[in-house]
Amino acid sequence: MITTAGERSFRFVNYVLMAAFACMMIFPLLHVLAQSLSSNLAINAGRVTLWPVDFTWSNYAVILKDASVWRAFKVSVFITIFGTLLNLVATASLAYPLSRPEYAGRKYVLLMILVTLIFHAPLIPNYLLIKNLHLLDTVWALMFPAMISAFNLFVMRSFFMNIPAELIDCGRMDGCSELRIVWSVVLPLSKPAMATMGLFYAVSHWNAYSNALFFINDRTLYPLQVRLREIVISDYFGSSNSFDVAGTMSPEGVKMAIIAVSSLPIMMIYPFLQRHFIQGMMVGSIKS
Amino acid sequence: MAAKILPSDRTGVSYETKRSFLNLLRKHKAIYLISLPGILYFIIFKYIPLLGSVMAFQNYNIFKGISGSPWVGLEHFQRMFAYDEFLRILKNTLLIGLYDLVFAFPFPILLALLLNEMRIAIYKRIVQTVIYMPHFLSWVIIGGIAVGILSPTTGLVNHVLGMFGIESIYFLGEEKYIRGILVGAGIWKDSGWGTIVYLAALAGINPDLYEAAVIDGANRWRQTWSITLPSILPTITILFLLHIGNFLDFGFERVYVFLNGLNAANGDILDTYIYRVGLLERQYSYTTAVGLFKSVVGLLLIVLGNTLSKKATGESLY
Repeated sequence: MITTAGERSFRFVNYVLMAAFACMMIFPLLHVLAQSLSSNLAINAGRVTLWPVDFTWSNYAVILKDASVWRAFKVSVFITIFGTLLNLVATASLAYPLSRPEYAGRKYVLLMILVTLIFHAPLIPNYLLIKNLHLLDTVWALMFPAMISAFNLFVMRSFFMNIPAELIDCGRMDGCSELRIVWSVVLPLSKPAMATMGLFYAVSHWNAYSNALFFINDRTLYPLQVRLREIVISDYFGSSNSFDVAGTMSPEGVKMAIIAVSSLPIMMIYPFLQRHFIQGMMVGSIKS
Repeated sequence: MAAKILPSDRTGVSYETKRSFLNLLRKHKAIYLISLPGILYFIIFKYIPLLGSVMAFQNYNIFKGISGSPWVGLEHFQRMFAYDEFLRILKNTLLIGLYDLVFAFPFPILLALLLNEMRIAIYKRIVQTVIYMPHFLSWVIIGGIAVGILSPTTGLVNHVLGMFGIESIYFLGEEKYIRGILVGAGIWKDSGWGTIVYLAALAGINPDLYEAAVIDGANRWRQTWSITLPSILPTITILFLLHIGNFLDFGFERVYVFLNGLNAANGDILDTYIYRVGLLERQYSYTTAVGLFKSVVGLLLIVLGNTLSKKATGESLY
């Protein structure tokens, strides 16, 4: 293809523009990291921008010594691991039958699920349901309401539909039970799908905030995001369940350290899994 | 039992009749059993609250439940529109939704078009990795980062403004900035991620079209206008319809983490209002009415948008 002068300059501007945009994404993160590693004296004097000044680990030491942060961290890890396992089992066990032509009436089940994607119930009936099931102030309130994401279900179903029917029939001919087929034929073939969905679910559990705010009053069950918000942002609505005076007084460096600690697990795994995430997104978008 | 299945069973066309349904049920009862917990989940956690929404037409009493509470018809909906506070919050929700549609929606399209023009593969990959990243941070973390970088004394933004001799601004403490910050934070978090679908659509365009256009003497702009944009129009339409459906559903977490006493006058939206008045002040029936109003308007917008788009472009969600 012929490149004209105009085209070359467009390309140059484009590269600069994209670099600037990428910097816009990364600078705030660097700023947080730099402040978390700087002394509060330097921060308050406004000397910290993108690089630590008066390098120190003391902000992290404050965070790591805080018992409530540890507890919240543990709650989040627990919910992320067990919640994700529950999500995968529940999603796969509904997506698999819905992907099989032998499942008569799947059209109606799919429609029922689709409706929930467009039309959600208001907050209060949801809250009363959780209350009537006696799930308030339990970790289950953070797992059950989000057990299956309709979107992920459709993505996983389309993965399962691509598994050749012959393989499943073969399994049946060999006398395998349906569970055995799922375990030894379907699941090994859908490892990439399971990994993608697992990651989507894990991220959403790690980042979940509002369910904990709505359903948890017991401070010992707060997940990390709730504790993080208490420390970083003073609470305008001043509800008894999330107001914390000591937290709002935390020095800037400590706030930035807990932000870094909370985002670290995701930042670390994300680059390795990027390819899977994108695959999952594309399959989802094509099918829906 | 499985060994008796003949290939002809799979190709039968009479699945719809009652007898064959029972046959299928018997023959494949395992997959029906496997699907039961998932179906129960949707009934319990999605449909029961939906039915519970009828409390919007009652004066719900927590001790009497839905069956024992008195019916009041549309009283709560009338109350809604009589409240100045509700009208202010509805206005906030509509304005923020509108800004988001005008500024945040086209952003990923533009970004994807520019990314698509990048020829140095490694450079492109690095840029993509970086711009997808914020999507994985929670709103609480983003709220925390925003508080940090927008801080009048220690924040990065005021540092930069200071270099140009502009005095420190307390961005989160003044109500005139909050809508811009909410929309801007959304762009920061999700515009990179939003490019994925468009990039997939761009990759699907037949390269022959461009070659033909070059032979016809079309320059870069002309190619973009006449080939690229029409080719990704179906994707744009679908995402636009989905966006419209969520117009009033701006997201509780996203707004809640930015609100404080100084900026709430312009930043409070229906979701945060429902939480505050419903859950904290326990006005259950009234806020269920507000929530129902929100869901119904969202549904109407999707239906309306879909109908219009089907007529205008032939593209639709269903």
